This record gives sequence, structure tokens and C-alpha cells, in this order.
Amino acid sequence: MTIVFGIPLSVLLGQLLLGLINGTFYALLSLGLAIIFGLLRIINFAHGAQYMLGAFAAVLGFNYLGVNYWVALVLAPLLVGALGMLIERGLLRRIAGEDHLYGLLLTFGLALIVEGAFVKLFGVSGSSYPMPEQLKGGFNLGFMFLPTYRAWVVLAALVVCLATWFMIERTRLGSYLRAGTENPKLMQAFGINMPLLITLTYGFGAALAAFAGVLAAPIYSVTPTMGANLLIVVFAVVVIGGMGSIMGAIVTGLAMGLIEGLTKVFYPEAANTVVFLVMVLVLLVRPAGLFGKEV
Amino acid sequence: MKVFQKTACAMLASSLIAGAAQAQISDDEIRIGYLADMSGTYRDLSGPGGLEALKMAVEDFGGQVNGKKIVVFSADDLNKPDVGANTVRQWVDERNVDMVTGMVASSVVLAASKVVEQSGKLALISGAAASSLTNEYCSPNHIHWTYDSYALANGTAKSVLASGGKNWFILTADYAFGHAMEKDITKVVQSDGGKVVGTVRHPFPSSDFSSYILQAQGSGADVIAFANAGADTVNSLMTASQFGVAQSGQKLAGMVVFLNDIHAMGLDVTQGLMLTTGWYWDMNDESRAWAQRYYKRVGKMPGMVPAGIYSATTNYLNAIKATGSDEAQAVRTQMMATPVNDMFAKNGKIRADGRMVHDMYLAQVKTPAESKGEWDLYKIVSTIPGDEAYRPLSESACKLLPKG
Repeated sequence: MTIVFGIPLSVLLGQLLLGLINGTFYALLSLGLAIIFGLLRIINFAHGAQYMLGAFAAVLGFNYLGVNYWVALVLAPLLVGALGMLIERGLLRRIAGEDHLYGLLLTFGLALIVEGAFVKLFGVSGSSYPMPEQLKGGFNLGFMFLPTYRAWVVLAALVVCLATWFMIERTRLGSYLRAGTENPKLMQAFGINMPLLITLTYGFGAALAAFAGVLAAPIYSVTPTMGANLLIVVFAVVVIGGMGSIMGAIVTGLAMGLIEGLTKVFYPEAANTVVFLVMVLVLLVRPAGLFGKEV
Repeated sequence: MKVFQKTACAMLASSLIAGAAQAQISDDEIRIGYLADMSGTYRDLSGPGGLEALKMAVEDFGGQVNGKKIVVFSADDLNKPDVGANTVRQWVDERNVDMVTGMVASSVVLAASKVVEQSGKLALISGAAASSLTNEYCSPNHIHWTYDSYALANGTAKSVLASGGKNWFILTADYAFGHAMEKDITKVVQSDGGKVVGTVRHPFPSSDFSSYILQAQGSGADVIAFANAGADTVNSLMTASQFGVAQSGQKLAGMVVFLNDIHAMGLDVTQGLMLTTGWYWDMNDESRAWAQRYYKRVGKMPGMVPAGIYSATTNYLNAIKATGSDEAQAVRTQMMATPVNDMFAKNGKIRADGRMVHDMYLAQVKTPAESKGEWDLYKIVSTIPGDEAYRPLSESACKLLPKG
């Protein structure tokens, strides 16, 4: 058996794969944050709550309406996205152009209200969500047992991440979006409906969070606080990648998953801290983040 | 202004003297404070349900003892020791609360029980796990009622060892409670001829446990024990089930698992899990009758913690009835002299160290086929006599015990 750093290679491979799986969650969530920050200049603290809402939409839809997993995977993001658009129209729009702090406080307040209401309604022990039949079981890779569902998570998340990247970087709609980020006034002068574009963008960001929530529902306990716990790490990922950078968010998300995975083998006590350590180092060396443009 | 202050002081003093002279029920009211996590991680363990259980006990006395009204206060401790301690201080100073119950997160309870001791009141701890409450932190002013970490580790570990699991891997939450639990488990395992082949300490709280489960799988252990609690245990167990731990022949041992956790995870994930509990609703006619009453009010079946709160409060009020006093030591002495016989425990006794010793139950989680309803979750496998379940006094470091 090959030994690397005192650990059998097979174990190391398994841990790297698991890190990659977690990384896809980080990538999916930080992508949504990055898009929202890019256009709205708002630090969306409600992102964790939107992720949680996605998971709850799947659970409640299944329990009360018998909606299956595949339908939920489409329906939950649509619902949460629509809710996001309402929030943008009704609330965020009123503070557009104000200091960043207002957006941060507003979204943070919304997250607390939603999470508090869910704790009141559903308690904190959470609910379980049945694994879809098609994705039960797993296969033996030789070095580890890989549950089918985790493989599916990686595939689905990567496809969505890359599709999003493609849409923003390679399509006409995406070019509006990028141009709007640079100079919204000029875009408006060209006859582009910027308010609509902003609403759609926030809705899309929220929908991405909800999509990640549905992906997480069968493997993690669905609780009102599931998003709050994850959100801080995801913020660190966005900061490391560079605020507003699309590819940066995806690549950094995956990389942080890997680094965290390795930490869990070599020094598990620091597993929750390592991402922040990287963040400090990156901020010292490249304050704009790894993929961010220097301002 | 001065005059007012003086008058107020004089009035206060005279009322204190008057109170002391009667020496019976202070303020002519029995005041009970309910302190628990009402909004966070441990909400479902006790929270609003525990308060309801307390109110049920009060209502069973008709809201009064010997003609003196029972008043209940409640507060959320937010799982923060300073908040819990300050709340109790306020209750004692401003409202002259006689007894505090609930008491869930061990860290909060350690802080709050100090305040209770300083002010000479009484605490009936039902929710907390830390066995240190009747060991190095024992006090003449509290009684630990429902269960403790020692009894849980002892009961579950012994039974798993007896069924042939000799090599153990322990997954530990990296904070005081987890470390204490790990120590308790290791001791039981080694003294019964087993071996701990590996441990891993995860940050508290964590959401992803796949890496640790993989390490446990690769360790070659027969048993994977979880020295964590709440959402951490739920996520560890779910991950273990997804990674096919049971299929590969390894056994799982949950150390601090409650009815609400099993209900949350569902039987698909948890079936076959061995655990120790202080009470289960479906044990006998008495427990079922009480659980049904609780279910009607709360909409969930009670776990052992609300049941313990009901039992502790009932026994407390009975002691007041018998002595005619709500003074902490008078009540405690009376409670120690009276065996606990109710829907919660049979022949339970309160030891000098404040531990209410009663039988514990080794339970196994039912399979989906065996379960006949939403809350039909456990089979009781065996009864662990109280004296075997809890830490023997001979091993105790409690200052209240006679030296020798």
C-alpha cells in the first residue's frame, strides 16, 4: 500500500473525493452570493435562509403534497426565486445606492425572521427527507464506498455551476449583466430594463441557494438553522475567490472543500477554522481575492 | 428621597422578619422558575414542551398547595451560561423564586446552579447530561433527576460490549461534554475487556461527517460510538447510514440520543440503534396515560426530559405539602426521605450527592416494519437497575459525602 504523509493513499483519495463533494456545495452557494454582489452590490445575508427554504420546500412538498424529489428540484428553486424577487422589489430596491451596511442589515434581519419563524413552526430537531429510489445505494470504488447520491450531487452542482458561468460569460443576457455591473446608468440609457435585470438576478441567486438546499435535503438533517451554519464558510469562500467573481467563486468553492477535507484527516480539530485561515492569508497577500480585480 | 428609601428598607426588613417568623411558605406563594433553551439547538429536548409538563404538574395540584398559590415563571437561557445565571439571579432577587427546574444545557446549568447554591434556593435539574453535577460540582441545593452522561455511556457501552463489539472507534464532539463522554466510554470499554482503536474529535457544531465516518470505517473497529449530541449525532448517524456502515458489519452506538432525535431521523436511518433512556412513553399504562395527556397539549410525544420535569415538580410539591414549608433544605430533606413512585420512576431514591437514582432502560430502535405509529420508536430490551446504572458513591468526588 502506498503511503503519503503517513496516510495510506486509498484513505487520502477517499478524503479528497469527499472534500470535492462538500466543495460543490460551497461552489453552488458562493456562486449565488457572487452574482448578487456583482450586480446589486448587496451582501446577501439571507442566502443561508434561502438555502434552508429550498430544503424545507422539498420536505414540506413531499410530506403534504407528495411532490417527488425531481419535481422539487425544479419547483423549490422557482418558488424561492419568486420570493427573492418579491423581496428585491418590495425591500431591497428601497435601499439601492445606500451604504452596503443597509443591505447587510436588511438581509440579515430577514434571515433571522425566517429562521425564527421556522424554529417556532417546526422545532429544531429537523426533519428527514427520503432519498430518491433511483439514487439509493452506492458503488465500491476500491478505496471507498461512494453513495450514489453524493456522486449525483457533484454532477448536478457542477453542471449548474458551469451553465451559470456560461450564461453570464458567453451569452447576450450575460453581457448585459456584466455591463450593468460596470455602469448601470449607461445600460439604462441604451434601453436595457435595468430594474428588471436586477430583480431577475436576485431571484436567480436565491434560486441557486434553494437548489443547493434541495440537493442537501436527503443527506443532511433539514433544520431551520442549517443555512446559518454554512453561510459563514461560504462568505469566506467568496472573499477568498474575490467578491463578485463568478469563476472565482466556483473554483474557490471546490478548492476549499478539498482543503477542508485534508484538514479533517490531518488535524480534524481545525476543520472548521482552516477556511478562515486561508481567508486571512489571501487577504494579506491579495486583498481583492484570488480572482478579484484590484480596485 | 432619603425618606422614601428608608421607609422602603424598613418595610422590606419588616416583611423579611415577618416571613421568617412564619417560616412556612415564603410570600404566601410557591414560586417556580422554568429555565431552558426555548429557541436553539436544545429546544425540542425540553423547551416549550417541558414548560407544559411543569404546568401539568402544577394543575394536578389544583394550582395550590395547602391553600398557597403556585406561580410559574419561565425564561429562555439561549444556551448561554451568563444569560442563564443572570436570569436565575433576577428571579431570586426580585421575585423570590423558590425552585428552578428545566435546566438543559450542561454549561448553563453549571453556571445557574452556582447562583442557586449561593442564594440558598433549590434546583431540580432535568435536562442536563453532565454527571459532574453530582460529582465534583455537587451541591446541597440541587437534585439531578432524569439521567446523566455516566448512566447513558455505561448502559449503552456495556450492552454493546456484551453483544460482542470489542474494538471501538469514538467520534467525539470537541468540547467539554464530548471529552467527558469519551472518557466515560473509554473507561467502560477497557474495564470490560474491550479496546479503543481510534478516536477523532470534530469541531462543535459540524454539518458534514462523511470524512470522519470514512476514517471510522477504515479503522477496523467493530463499534463506532458517537460522543456527541443533538444535530451532530443526527448528522453522524445519517451519514453512517448513507455510507453503508451497518452493511459492512460495524455497529453504531449513540450515547446521547433522545426520542425527538430518532423521530427527526426516521426509522430507515436509525433502526437497530441501541441507546439508554431514563423513561419511554410506551412502557406501562401509567406512562402511556400521562404521555397521551401531554400529546394532547403539545402535539408531540414526550421524551424523558419533560417526563422528568413533571416527576420532579410533583415530588417537590408533595414535599412542600408534607412539610408545610418551601424552604430549600426542609424540602430537600423531605424529598430525600421519600421514595419516588410515579409514572416516571419506581422506587427512585435521592442520594446524598443529589443524584436521583432510578432504573434506566436499554432500548433498541424499531424497524419500520415493527413500528405501528409515528411515535412507536423503541423496544425496551432490558432494565438496568438504578444502582448499576449510575456512578457508585464509592467513586464519587462529591464534597457532600462523608469522608472515609
